[in-house]
Amino acid sequence: MQALVIVAHGSHLNPDSSTPTQRHADTIRATGAFDEVKTGFWKEEPSLREVLRTVESEEVYVVPLFISEGYFTEQVIPRELRLDGWDVSQWDSDGLNADTATLVAEDTGQTVHYCGPVGTHESMTDVVVRRAETVTGDPDVGPGFGLAVVGHGTERNENSAKAIEYHAERVRESGRFDEVRALYMDEEPEVDDVTDHFESEDIVVVPLFVADGFHTQEDIPEDMGLTDDYRTGYDVPAEVDGHRIWYAGAVGTEALMADVVLERAADAGADIEDAIASVREETRETPAAGD
Amino acid sequence: MRGEQFDALVRRLDERPIDFDGLCAEWDGDGYAFETPDRTHEGLSQAGLHEAAANAEPYVTNWYFWEADVGHEGRHRRAFLRKLEAADERSVPERYDALETGMETEWGQLRITATLGDAGERRYEVRHEDDAGADVDALEAHEDPLDARDIATYDEKERYRPLKTAPTLVNGWVFPALDGRDLTETVDTFYPATIANWNLEREGELDVSHWEETMERQSGIYSVIQTWNRGEGKEHVEWVAESCCDDSQCLKRREWQYDEETELDAPGGDGAFPCREPCSLVVAAARKWTRLEGEESRTYEFELTPSEKEQVEDIIGAVADGRVDDVREADIYEGANRYRTRFLRAKRFDENGNLSGTPTEPEEETDGAGEGGDN
Ligand code: SF4
Repeated sequence: MQALVIVAHGSHLNPDSSTPTQRHADTIRATGAFDEVKTGFWKEEPSLREVLRTVESEEVYVVPLFISEGYFTEQVIPRELRLDGWDVSQWDSDGLNADTATLVAEDTGQTVHYCGPVGTHESMTDVVVRRAETVTGDPDVGPGFGLAVVGHGTERNENSAKAIEYHAERVRESGRFDEVRALYMDEEPEVDDVTDHFESEDIVVVPLFVADGFHTQEDIPEDMGLTDDYRTGYDVPAEVDGHRIWYAGAVGTEALMADVVLERAADAGADIEDAIASVREETRETPAAGD
Repeated sequence: MRGEQFDALVRRLDERPIDFDGLCAEWDGDGYAFETPDRTHEGLSQAGLHEAAANAEPYVTNWYFWEADVGHEGRHRRAFLRKLEAADERSVPERYDALETGMETEWGQLRITATLGDAGERRYEVRHEDDAGADVDALEAHEDPLDARDIATYDEKERYRPLKTAPTLVNGWVFPALDGRDLTETVDTFYPATIANWNLEREGELDVSHWEETMERQSGIYSVIQTWNRGEGKEHVEWVAESCCDDSQCLKRREWQYDEETELDAPGGDGAFPCREPCSLVVAAARKWTRLEGEESRTYEFELTPSEKEQVEDIIGAVADGRVDDVREADIYEGANRYRTRFLRAKRFDENGNLSGTPTEPEEETDGAGEGGDN
């Protein structure tokens, strides 16, 4: 038997924090690719300390629903899961290419394939683009549009900016959008001045966050001038300085995220090709091009 | 007894004997032996075995249920399902009798009823304990174990429930007919990991992490909690346990103590399932308390009438016990009544919100060279 465990931060205050995690787990569960699919949280239950004992399988793929490599993926999760002998060097990563390490959980004896976070996987770029399609309702969005990928910045974790840059660069290389920029909340170039960074009239703004919360629902919309008060909401698109801003909200809420979770598990050796193909199709919220 | 159940029995006896829940059977190369507490048969042909099995049907369907339906993969699941029919204490006929009408187990605020379906299958119903006597049709029926997620997200006042084992689960729903796997999934969604921890405890393997080692393990913004433990005894941890882990706040039975040697006096509670280490809510609260408790006590002077002093105590009691919403609008006999409280505020607070006009930070009066204002 093989199980998938998606681990995420969760929240004591915001019930929506874990919703995307649950939804992606449901999507994957429906494919039947794993005998069990469970979720574990730092701030909710089952806790990271106890999630593995809720899993019957002897072989477990653990995928962190985090945006970047850092404190949580390198220290907190392996410690709380009690992965015996974990050392971050097992990922042999420069901050962007953690893939997998196979360890034994001390308390349960299960074999755990501990994967890198979803946020740095190359297929995450597709989710950013899919998010742009969803928010504009246009499966071919790109020509005539600018795209901003938004992150925290380096203040708390230098790898966070690396992930933003990485996906922005990959979208840029694809040539699909007229302009692509990486913008940050707490460093230059700042998301506050989003319109200064684009010539295109239409700008899709995709925050690289796992779940919606304070930053994506309050800070960023107010900083960009979409609204004076987040409680009154904002239009999509919203007019700012002669540009139309298509604000997408957290990329992690996009259904295609389930695919990245699967890709992580597949890279770690899970045999789930068919599930990947079906999830890619079924999570599309706009009609596929040509439909 | 269904054909496939008998076939499974024969197949199994080809491989190895059965000794389970009062049923003993084997193939000795010449014939079958088949024994229950009531009867013993030996040297049976397959047809003879069939007849003996048909006459002892509950033993056979019971074996089949635990062998084929439940299986041995999920050790905690199996132990839990056996608990639900007291399988280790009662004989098969006793259980079948009791399951006919339903065997009930309380698990936190859940009430689980095990009953017998066709050919020894078990069916499980889960509902809220407050709905024990309710007509099943009056409750909202669910089939998918994961529906429990939504049911458990908010309390009756629509407030988010971050602690799944808080005694604030809403009622009005029922999972009327679950199989064993879906039942454990449902229970584990309402109360994550409680089945595993209960069984580990039962088997003497519960890995309790006490307060001290749990706080030792914390890093990042939580590492500060370690400083709260230095040479201050365990009183602070008693307060934490009393505040958060009391049965009125959390249905887990707290098994963690200050450390391996030092038990806490605060009651751990009577819950069916254990708590094996301070949870993330307690850790987050402890971080705040570590900071707050770093402050030194001061002596303040307040003017209060005796009734006002008691009213302050009433208000604290009402908030701590979650009774604020129960105080009726016009019940001015209650200290925590809103009008009474507003009156107290109008009378005793100054324009800066200071009780009795006493500032929180007293002005530093250092030899008349004070800088004035609040520091
Ligand atoms: S630490 Fe206390 S509040 Fe938290 S789960 Fe355990 S008993 Fe409940």
